Amino acid sequence: MATAFAPTKLTATLPLHGSQENRLLLPIRLAPHSSFLGSTRSLTAHSSRRLNHAHATRRSPPVVGVQEVVKEKKSINSLLITKEEGLVLYEDMILGRSFEDMCAQMYYRGKMFGFVHLYNGQEAVSTGFIKLLTKSDSVVSTYRDHVHALSKGVSARAVMSELFGKVTGCCRGQGGSMHMFSKEHNMLGGFAFIGEGIPVATGAAFSSKYRRDVLKQDCEDVTVAFFGDGTCNNGQFYECLNMAALWKLPIIFVVENNLWAIGMSHLRATSDPEIWKKGPAFGMPGVHVDGMDVLKVREVAKEAVTRARRGEGPTLVECETYRFRGHSLADPDELRDAAEKAKYAARDPIAALKKYLIENNLAKEAELKSIEKKIDELVEEAVEFADASPQPGRSQLLENVFADPKGFGIGPDGRYRCEDPKFTEGTAQV
Amino acid sequence: MSAILQGAGAGAAAALSPFNSIDSNKLVAHSRSSLSVRSKRYIVAGSDEGTNKSFGSSSLIARRSQPLMIPNAVAATKADTASSSTPSKSGHELLLFEALQEGLEEEMDRDPHVCVMGEDVGHYGGSYKVTKGLADKFGDLRVLDTPICENAFTGMGIGAAMTGLRPVIEGMNMGFLLLAFNQISNNCGMLHYTSGGQFTIPVVIRGPGGVGRQLGAEHSQRLESYFQSIPGIQMVACSTPYNAKGLMKAAIRSENPVILFEHVLLYNLKESIPDEEYICNLEEAEMVRPGEHITILTYSRMRYHAMQAAKTLVNKGYDPEVIDIRSLKPFDLHTIGNSVKKTHRVLIVEECMRTGGIGASLTAAINENFHDYLDAPVMCLSSQDVPTPYAGTLEEWTVVQPAQIVTAVEQLCQ
Repeated sequence: MATAFAPTKLTATLPLHGSQENRLLLPIRLAPHSSFLGSTRSLTAHSSRRLNHAHATRRSPPVVGVQEVVKEKKSINSLLITKEEGLVLYEDMILGRSFEDMCAQMYYRGKMFGFVHLYNGQEAVSTGFIKLLTKSDSVVSTYRDHVHALSKGVSARAVMSELFGKVTGCCRGQGGSMHMFSKEHNMLGGFAFIGEGIPVATGAAFSSKYRRDVLKQDCEDVTVAFFGDGTCNNGQFYECLNMAALWKLPIIFVVENNLWAIGMSHLRATSDPEIWKKGPAFGMPGVHVDGMDVLKVREVAKEAVTRARRGEGPTLVECETYRFRGHSLADPDELRDAAEKAKYAARDPIAALKKYLIENNLAKEAELKSIEKKIDELVEEAVEFADASPQPGRSQLLENVFADPKGFGIGPDGRYRCEDPKFTEGTAQV
Repeated sequence: MSAILQGAGAGAAAALSPFNSIDSNKLVAHSRSSLSVRSKRYIVAGSDEGTNKSFGSSSLIARRSQPLMIPNAVAATKADTASSSTPSKSGHELLLFEALQEGLEEEMDRDPHVCVMGEDVGHYGGSYKVTKGLADKFGDLRVLDTPICENAFTGMGIGAAMTGLRPVIEGMNMGFLLLAFNQISNNCGMLHYTSGGQFTIPVVIRGPGGVGRQLGAEHSQRLESYFQSIPGIQMVACSTPYNAKGLMKAAIRSENPVILFEHVLLYNLKESIPDEEYICNLEEAEMVRPGEHITILTYSRMRYHAMQAAKTLVNKGYDPEVIDIRSLKPFDLHTIGNSVKKTHRVLIVEECMRTGGIGASLTAAINENFHDYLDAPVMCLSSQDVPTPYAGTLEEWTVVQPAQIVTAVEQLCQ
């Protein structure tokens, strides 16, 4: 099995074409000092690799790896995070991991059913991005959405109940594992078909821009769309890259490239496996980052989010990451090479952050242990809550099909069907 | 309303041409006097709900207190817009596409969250001129020219709707929306439910469909049959300038996702519509011609074929009742049921394919609900299960023509 995809660990900045014929395509102005990570100006190349840019107007820019940036910052004695930030990140990742582990247990005990896709191993991506967002920013995900929902602020109880199919679930038990929505936290789902969430995310970003430019409101909300490597071969992805760049929508496209789409290796499915390169083809920066390192992801995310908030448009971020479990709980996961799994297990993002926190004296072992314990209890409590919650009654069957239930129409007796007393019982004929 | 019917008659007489089809350009509104005669009749029929103020949407109450006869969206609105015995005062004449534009523009003026997205809707003014002038007035963001990516821009409209806007998404031809089926089915229809009611999708998806003049198979599709099973959406079909404007406005104001089917050949219909603001009820059918002998259920362009056939039938001594069902999903079983209970015979005339079309569903619904009232099996005239051919003669034979309707009525009324 080919594990030959050695990630290049490069970031590249892709300047827009020199000839700006289209007046809508403004050149990206990179702030001189706090430059985009991949920018070639302020960073000196350590061990750079040259990439051939067909459309680069300057000489091929030296490309700098993100880990060099991190090392550089460390060496001038400034850390990437404060203690508080570090603990927030750690807690969020532990929450994601514990929750997913509990899901697996509950699934095998027959508490949840259907397709359940777990996020173990990819926590750095969710935490790295979502912890930078405000409550009014939007997140759009795929079927692997439990941890995105949790990072965005949806309570563990609500997510667990939803998985158990109870009324107290975030979607009243009507959505399930693949449809985590929260209006309060602006979690816009949760989509079962890959790619179908990306246009929705583009729409949310459009809304943001519309509010600012048409309704003249103070709106700086950004949208982050998460999806996988398999989705990057889907038309909707490209259509949305085009529209987002065209209208400079405040959106960040985050590719969680875990190298596998169920049993299809990314290399077997994609003509050019370097997904970040597809950004510049549409006129937006494409960045590749080590998705097993939450700090690196966070640095890239900061830049991308700031770009979006400033109205400079979208960014495509490819996070190289890995899922420690199978595609779903029904996947025997036999195709992936043990060596590959071991290699990534050694790069467990939680272990990496823990090491960073301790080595840089940001936290003590005991503090981290207490966070772990707290989260364990939280997740246990979520399970108890979900267990104790009632299942939906028959009356819920016909609710929420329409926002305006008049949509069920007029019955033979002349009344709207939703007025039929049996409607609220869920037994009306509609 | 009546103007159109009279116009249809005139058009029918003029169009008993070799191809026996209606030249929609000939359908012109007649003088106001004929309008008043008809409307008086309607108003008398609907006078029981004289105090119905809200154009049918609160007809919930009116319906209960009302005795048997058909609560008539047309009567309701006419009773409201005009005093009970005089015709609606000035009114203005326009073509159907202008009526759509007027409705859209009024809603965009009323609510700044209403926006339009689609191909060539902005600078080009819309392929059928429905959005003409709107980009100049409202700007390029509110009337958004999209690239050619139906699936993505429909999804974008849905995402915008979830976050507070009210997009009107145009499919340049309804057939193109086949590319957006994923978004329409999964997100538009189902997302309100799968999110447990948290997000509403108040979009309007509209565009022209139906068989035109030798447009070829792919541009002559009837998507209402494909979309009808999607839970969570409403489908309406407009057929006159009056209901086009009314349905457009109602669809935009609705919190549900609504698909508004227009017809390529009906855009140039002319009619006089009220100056006052009005909306049509999304869930109601429209009584086109009351009658006693047989119920003809139809929608969109076939309404005109049915009315043309009605003219012939009247001359032969029949009295057909023609109902434009307008609401393709859900069906207005009250209006339809009342008619069946009166006439006991049903003929459905539609442009959908025979297999799995709106007529097929309607037949099932009528059999299920009104079986006892039928004196004859429900007959359904649909288009042939054939890709619409380019050749004019062949194309004409795929679609239901007035002569076939006449024959069918004669057969049913034996």
